Amino acid sequence: MTTIAIRTSSLTKTLGALGRARELGILLAVVLVVVAATIKNPAFLFSHDGWRDLLLTPSILLLVAVGQAVVIITRNVDLSVGSVVGLTAYLTGRLFSDIPGIPIVLVVLAAIVLGGLLGLINGALVAFANVPSMVITLGTLYAFRGIDVVWAGSNRVNASDLPRSFLALGTGQLLSIPILTIVAVVVLVAAGWYMRNARSGREHYAIGSDPAAAHLYGLRVTRRVLLAFVLSGALAGLAGVFYAARYGTVDSQAGSGWELQAVGAAVIGGVAIMGGVGTVWGAALGAVLLMTINRALPVLGIPDFWQGAVVGALIIGAIVLDRVLAVRQRRRLIEARDES
Amino acid sequence: MTTTTASPRSVRDYTHPLWRRLLATRESAIVGLLIIVAVVAATTVRGFSQPITLTYLLLDVTPILLIALPMTLVMITGEIDLSVGSMVGLSSVVTGALVQAHWPFGVAALVALLVGVLGGAVNGLLVTVVGLPSLAVTIGTLALFRGIAVGTLGTTAVTDFPQQWTALAQARISGTTIPYVMIPFLILLAVFAIVLHFTPFGRGIYAVGLSKDAARFSGVNVERTKLILFVLTGVVSAFAGIFYTLRFGSARGDNATGLELQVIAAVVLGGVSVFGGRGKLYGVVAAVLLIGALSSALRLANVTSDVINIITGVLLVISVVAASVLAWLQKKRRRPNATATTAG
Repeated sequence: MTTIAIRTSSLTKTLGALGRARELGILLAVVLVVVAATIKNPAFLFSHDGWRDLLLTPSILLLVAVGQAVVIITRNVDLSVGSVVGLTAYLTGRLFSDIPGIPIVLVVLAAIVLGGLLGLINGALVAFANVPSMVITLGTLYAFRGIDVVWAGSNRVNASDLPRSFLALGTGQLLSIPILTIVAVVVLVAAGWYMRNARSGREHYAIGSDPAAAHLYGLRVTRRVLLAFVLSGALAGLAGVFYAARYGTVDSQAGSGWELQAVGAAVIGGVAIMGGVGTVWGAALGAVLLMTINRALPVLGIPDFWQGAVVGALIIGAIVLDRVLAVRQRRRLIEARDES
Repeated sequence: MTTTTASPRSVRDYTHPLWRRLLATRESAIVGLLIIVAVVAATTVRGFSQPITLTYLLLDVTPILLIALPMTLVMITGEIDLSVGSMVGLSSVVTGALVQAHWPFGVAALVALLVGVLGGAVNGLLVTVVGLPSLAVTIGTLALFRGIAVGTLGTTAVTDFPQQWTALAQARISGTTIPYVMIPFLILLAVFAIVLHFTPFGRGIYAVGLSKDAARFSGVNVERTKLILFVLTGVVSAFAGIFYTLRFGSARGDNATGLELQVIAAVVLGGVSVFGGRGKLYGVVAAVLLIGALSSALRLANVTSDVINIITGVLLVISVVAASVLAWLQKKRRRPNATATTAG
C-alpha cells in the first residue's frame, strides 16, 4: 500500500487536478455565460441592479443545493425541499404580519427551526423506518405543500406586510455585495469546510460510498443520515426567509419545483446521485450556473421560453461529462496499478 | 434493503390461513383499501354512487393509469423515469403545433407518438450505453422535454382540434358509464401483464431489479431490457399526452406539469420497490384507482384539492413506513436473536 502511495504521488496530483477540473469546468461555464451576456448588454454585469441580481438570485437556490448535496452524498435524496422553502417563506411573512415588531433574528431562527423540524421528520422516517428517501420525501413533498396551501389559502404575503428593515435585508449591500449573498457564502464555506475536513463530515462520504460497509465499520449511519436531512431542511428554511426578503411577496406556491432545481444543481456540480462523490462547492456552482443562465438567456436574445430546454441540455451534458471523466480516471488508475 | 421478496417469508406464510396470507401482501392490502374507500364513499358521500362519477373518475386518472403501466416495469428493474410528465406536455404540443399547421389529426398524433419513442430512446440510451443513473438522466430530460414544449408554443394554446376526436376522448361506451379510453388501457394492461408475468422477458425484468449481475450471468440482456422499457414509457406517455390534449381540447406547453410525481407516488403505493425487483401490476392499478376514488370522494364532499394532496402524501408515507415496520415486527417475532441480517 505505502509503496503504491509513494509511486503514485505524482499521479494523485494530476488526478486531483482532474477532480478539481470538474468544478473548474462549471466555474468556466458560469464565467462564459456572464461574459457573453455582458458583451451583449453591459448592464448585465456593470449596472447596480445587474450586479446585485447576479449575486442575489443564485444565493437562495445555493443554500438549498448545499443541503441537498450533503443528503445526496449519503446516498439519499430530499425531494421535499421546495415545499419546505414555501412553508418557511410563508411562516416568515405571517410572523411579521401577525406579530408586529417581532425581531428579525427571531423570525429567521423560527424559519430555520421549522425547516430543521421538517427535515427531522424526513430524516427520522428514512433513518429509522429503513424506507428509501425518495419515497418518503416524495410523500412529504405533497404533505408539506398541502399544509402550506391549506394554511395560506389564497392569501398572500405582500411586501407591505413586511417590515422595511427586513426587506432592506433583501436589498441591502455590504461593500456592494448583497447581505444575503454574504450569508449564503458563509454557510457554504462552513459546510464545505465541515464536509472536507471534519471527521464526521468525511463519514458522509463513507456512508454514501457503501452504507453496509460504513455500518459494519461502526459509523453512526443513522445519526449522520438524520443530521443530513435536518441540515437540508434547516438550509431550506433559511432559503425560505431569503425568498421572503428578496421577493417581498409569498403565496402558497413559493418554491414549488425547487426540489428538482436543487437536485439538478447538485448533479450539474458533480455530486453523484449514487452517493459518496462530490462537494458542496460543486453543488453551489451548479446552482449559480442554473440561475445565471435563466437570467442570461433573454439578454442573449433567446426567449425565456427556451430556458428549460437549455437547463435540461446542461444537466445532461454535465452528467455525461462527469461520466466520461470518471471512466477516464478509472482507466488511469488501473493503468497505474498495472505498472506498479 | 427493505425488500422482502428474497426472504424465506413466502414459504413461512403457508402456515397462516389464506386470508392472513392475502392481507400480508402489499397489493391485496391496497385492493382491500380501495374496496373499503369505494364502499364508504358510496354510502356516505352524496353523488359518489352516481354513474357519472365513475366516468369522470376514470377520465381523470387515465393519464396516470396509462403511464403507470410502463413505469411499473421500469421501476421493477430498479430504474426510474421522471420525464414522463414533460413527455405528456411535449407530445401535446407536437400534436397541437402540427394540427395548427393544418396536418391531419391522425398524422399529427402519429408524429407525437414517434417523439415519444425518440424521447424514451434518449433516456434509455443515456442510461444503458453511457451508463448514467436514470434519476439524474430523467431530471435532465424532465427539464429538456418541458423546455422544448414550452419553447415551441410559448404561452399560447392550440385549441381547434377536430370535434370528432375531442368527443371521442370523452365519449362513453354506449349503454355504460365507462369511457372509450378504457379500451386501449385494458389492451395495454393485458399486454403488459402478460409480458411481465408470463414471459421470459418479464422474468428478466424482475431479475434485473434483484441483481443486475446475476441477471446478466443467467443470460438476460440487461441493457436491451432497460432500453426497451424506457422506449415503452416514452411512447405510452406520448399516447397519454394525446389523450390529455383531446380530453381538455387544449395543447399547452405546461400541460400535465408534475404528473411524474403522481405516477411515481401511485406506483410506489401499489407496492413497487424503488430498489427494484418487486411489484405487481394489479397493485399499481389498484393504487391509481384508490388515489382517484379517494380524491373524487373528497372533492364531492367539498374537501379542497390541497387537503387531498396532504392525504395523498401522508397515505404514501404511512403505507411505506407501515410495510417496513410490519416486516421488521414479523422478523423480530420469528427470529428474536438474529435481527441484523438485512440491516444497512
